[in-house]
Amino acid sequence: MGGAKSSIGYVRTEMLGEKPPPPTSVGVIGWMRQNLFSDILSTILTLLSLYLVYSVLAGVLPWMLKGIWNASSLNECREIIAESYGEGTEAACWAVIRERFWQLMYGFYPSDMYWRPNLALILLFAALAPVLFDKAPRWMLVFSVAVPFIGPWLLWGGTIWTPVAAFLGFVIGFFVNRYVARATGTLAGLLAGVVAAIVWWLFLAEAFSDALASVLPLAIETVESRKFGGFMLAITLGITGIALSFPLGIVLALGRQSNLVIVKSLCVGFIEFIRGVPLITLLFVASVLLNYFLPKGTEFDIILRVMIMITLFSAAYMAEVIRGGLAALPRGQYEAADALGLTYWQAQRLIIMPQALKISIPSIVSTFIGLFKDTTLVSIIGLADPIGWAKLIQSNAEWNGIVWELYGFIAFVFFIFCYLMSRYSMYLERKLQTGH
Amino acid sequence: MTTATEPSKGSFRLSMLLYDTRYRSTTIQVVALLGFMLAAAWLINNVIENLAASGKTFDYRFLWEPAGYDINQRLIEYNSQSTHARAAVVGLLNTLLVAAMGCVTATVIGVFLGILRLSRNWIVSRLAAVYVEAFRNVPVLLWIVLVMAIAIEFFPAPRDFKGENPAATMKFFDMVAITNRGVYLPRPQFANGFGDVVLFGGAWSLNLNVVAVLAVLIASFWISGRIRRWADRVQEETGDRPATWHMRLAVIVLPTAVLLWALGFHFQYPVLKGFGFKGGIHMRNSLLALWLALSLYTGAFIAENVRAGIMAISKGQTEAAAALGLRPGKIMRLVILPQALRVIVPPLISQYLNLTKNSSLAIAVGYMDITGTLGGITLNQTGREMETLLLLMLCYLIISLSISAVMNYYNEKTKLKER
Amino acid sequence: MKKTILLGALTVAGLAAGTAAAATLDDVKARGKLNCGVSTGLVGFAAPDASGEWAGYDVAICRAVAAAVLADPTAVEFVPTTGKTRFTALASGEVDMLARNTTWTFTRDVDLKFEFVGINYYDGQGFMVPKSLGVTSAKDLDGATVCIQTGTTTELNLADFFRSNNMSYEPVPIETNAEAQQQYLAGACDTLTTDASGLAATRAAFENPGDHVVLPEIISKEPLGPLVRHGDQQWGDIVRWTLNALITAEELGITSANIDELAKGTNNPEINRLLGTEGDLGGMFGLDKQWAYRAIKAGGNFGEIFEKNIGENTPLGLSRGLNALWTEGGLIYSPPFR
Repeated sequence: MGGAKSSIGYVRTEMLGEKPPPPTSVGVIGWMRQNLFSDILSTILTLLSLYLVYSVLAGVLPWMLKGIWNASSLNECREIIAESYGEGTEAACWAVIRERFWQLMYGFYPSDMYWRPNLALILLFAALAPVLFDKAPRWMLVFSVAVPFIGPWLLWGGTIWTPVAAFLGFVIGFFVNRYVARATGTLAGLLAGVVAAIVWWLFLAEAFSDALASVLPLAIETVESRKFGGFMLAITLGITGIALSFPLGIVLALGRQSNLVIVKSLCVGFIEFIRGVPLITLLFVASVLLNYFLPKGTEFDIILRVMIMITLFSAAYMAEVIRGGLAALPRGQYEAADALGLTYWQAQRLIIMPQALKISIPSIVSTFIGLFKDTTLVSIIGLADPIGWAKLIQSNAEWNGIVWELYGFIAFVFFIFCYLMSRYSMYLERKLQTGH
Repeated sequence: MTTATEPSKGSFRLSMLLYDTRYRSTTIQVVALLGFMLAAAWLINNVIENLAASGKTFDYRFLWEPAGYDINQRLIEYNSQSTHARAAVVGLLNTLLVAAMGCVTATVIGVFLGILRLSRNWIVSRLAAVYVEAFRNVPVLLWIVLVMAIAIEFFPAPRDFKGENPAATMKFFDMVAITNRGVYLPRPQFANGFGDVVLFGGAWSLNLNVVAVLAVLIASFWISGRIRRWADRVQEETGDRPATWHMRLAVIVLPTAVLLWALGFHFQYPVLKGFGFKGGIHMRNSLLALWLALSLYTGAFIAENVRAGIMAISKGQTEAAAALGLRPGKIMRLVILPQALRVIVPPLISQYLNLTKNSSLAIAVGYMDITGTLGGITLNQTGREMETLLLLMLCYLIISLSISAVMNYYNEKTKLKER
Repeated sequence: MKKTILLGALTVAGLAAGTAAAATLDDVKARGKLNCGVSTGLVGFAAPDASGEWAGYDVAICRAVAAAVLADPTAVEFVPTTGKTRFTALASGEVDMLARNTTWTFTRDVDLKFEFVGINYYDGQGFMVPKSLGVTSAKDLDGATVCIQTGTTTELNLADFFRSNNMSYEPVPIETNAEAQQQYLAGACDTLTTDASGLAATRAAFENPGDHVVLPEIISKEPLGPLVRHGDQQWGDIVRWTLNALITAEELGITSANIDELAKGTNNPEINRLLGTEGDLGGMFGLDKQWAYRAIKAGGNFGEIFEKNIGENTPLGLSRGLNALWTEGGLIYSPPFR
């Protein structure tokens, strides 16, 4: 076509210019026709949806916006509402949030020390940076090593030598492992390292930190764990649960994949047991039963007992997530590692785990979201998480009878946290997919 | 693990337990087992010592003592003089009831919203996304409490039905009453019939009328299935499919209808009497709130699974099916869904598992499930934490393992046959 | 014996170490804090205020004991416990004493191995109904829907009451008082039952308290009091006599206002013995002479504590009733200090 000039009269020789599309198919109208009113069913659905949105907003928005921010009790609030909007108007009483905001956030944690949990959270992000972002400089790994020790110290306080002593346990274990492994073998080295570290923690660490503390008393004020509360408690429980369950989860996942029958069945038994019972029963165990299982005289406070149970709980889920990551690795990776003559542990450390863990990061984030939401269950056993605090606030004579504002606020904060994390996990998923 | 060199035979040395790959795995296992047994022994020993120190014993005899408390929703005969064991069974049945109801509605909600989320209608898909995000990102405990609060605050109280000009009226031709104590539905009843049969020495009773109706229904469906297979055969042989829907409908409806008529089947409607409504089936608020909250919460997760499942099927499948001349309905039914189901069902069943476990939060709205009876009031009244909690966990474990068994069976059956 | 377990990565600060059976007094002194189990929030009895300070009738008992033992009424760690966890918390030594609206019953005292040191509130289970219901007696409640708080003795009393009167009812079990209140107000149940003090507290918080009445029938005896573990008589004595000191103080007219005056010495030998200006009662159970002085000084005498937290001028507006001194027609009575 084109080019050659036609000799036939009625054949057009030049193209017409493009006409603009009809106004009904471009711009807002076109978009609406395509996306909202494409056919009868779609139109009906659109109208129904609009009505739904309108009726929800019409019910909730005035209540929220008319809310009272300045009052010291529910009755005062009601009076102000009746005065300013007339008798019988429904309006929120946000004053309770304003008055109790810090309690809902930090519980009984001393208010002059809020910087400590805040700093711990910031440090945590710094520690996670190498995992979360590709471009984080390598020196940030220092944080990754230090924060597991500094973080708890910031939260609970006490002498700086306690985390140092705990850290030294790992160092001692590492060197003993190195030394013994060179002399005898990998397995013996591993066992010796673990035993040395445990001996240090159980019998020597306290003396060590006491001694150093008496020489160089570097300490911040101790805060007992029962002072933890509100969202800070929920976050602390969630993060310690995930962090502590991580190594345990790896061991369980490897155990479940191993071909050693007894090891495998022990791991499967543990995982299936934990996954088979509701978290609330495990929390009941933590609150009323765990003391029976520990030697007479040992006593953890309730938050530590809950942490133990939450760690065991999330370890089982973590194990399944990591197992998923292991299963997603192509068999060729295992075979290649074998072909290179690597031992089991070398293969795990250098080839398998780095890839499997990378694949599992989005699922680990989802597990964390789930665990974070599940921490609300601790209110049932009387801990002062956000819901527990809501109950405590309701049992003040001033705020007796308040419901929606408290629960609405708590739901909103949970939503913000979880939504951001789930967005992030989706972003990671996409990134990892293209990178693979 | 492969060994490159042929190991030397004979002369067993102790160090071979550690260095010889033939023995090493056994060594590790024995060490692990010993470690486990030591840990278990240590725990059990602690328990025995602690129990002795606090002067307690470990026995289940309390289960056969009168419970002393009442339970509002009971699927089997129960009163405050019944035993703790029976209270536990009442609770267990309540757990199973809310879990089963929740699974069904969660699936319906999930599938519906999963498809709506893929809708080409912008506002509908946005709304579905808002629903999914809102429910997935807020703890289920909060949802349960909020739904309960909504049910209490926004439904009319029975007292609103009273008086000359009642603020609320019964719905659906005066058959259903929706109140903030729950929903009252008509109760099916039989005027005459076979009566009850008592099993296990009076512990359980079974209504023979219900059994008869169920038996007739099952038989009807079986015959209807036979008719369908006969139609399939005719279609294969002749190419024409005989119209069977009227036959099948008749087979299903007629015998049951005749039986129901013979038994004097009728409905008992709820009526306003005394302090509230009497008669009919009372679906309590606690059940409704728990059921609804669990269904909506789990439904949001299922919607995501469904969406992922449908999106996992490549467009080529749809196009290929269309090229074969299948109509859209058949494309969905015969090509897309069977493939999508393989992706959807495994996470779906683990959602069922989660829902069942989450039903233990019933305690937050006072629904008397097994956590509320055995793990709640019984525990509080008898002070036997160890026994009740162990039994409670065992119950949940059995339920969960049964669901997992179904899941594994399904996975095995629908596994892609590779290489 | 002291045993400490160190968790590797977790620092030890949160670990509490101690023994359950041995001398609680020594533990408390060594710790410098009294661990006191309270409820997870009950209007007037225990709740944290806007500044995070616990206050209430039960809380005041804890503070008095802390003042007697540690000379500091603020040296108390309040451990919120639920109906389920309270006994375990006490038995395991997590708390030193429980001041949590706990009914003194035979099985709790004997079978669960606790020691109730006294009664600080005589309560009983009652019913509250809206006036519009037209019910004047609990005997008229046949067929009613009843809201009850679970995890207490209430559901057993209720079952017994309706059974013995041949009446039917529909129980609506509820975990917390706040929810019970919400359900009752919305009309989801016809009547609310719990301890009469709880009913008064709930009613006081209503927008229109006048629209509701508490029925005359009290269907149970609920003597509430602080408790400690069996087997540590010394500690039990300290808590018991701290409570008695508060009661005696009211009887003798010692108030937080005049106590400093009276502590200089009076003509009344019992006041002198109580406040430590005569004899050494405190020394007999390992405390100093001033223990009772501090306990009373902490929150006032029994009557003052009552008036401040749950009395007629508070939102709860409870009258003394059975909880008046025996000299004023009540049941509150303390053995003599001599």
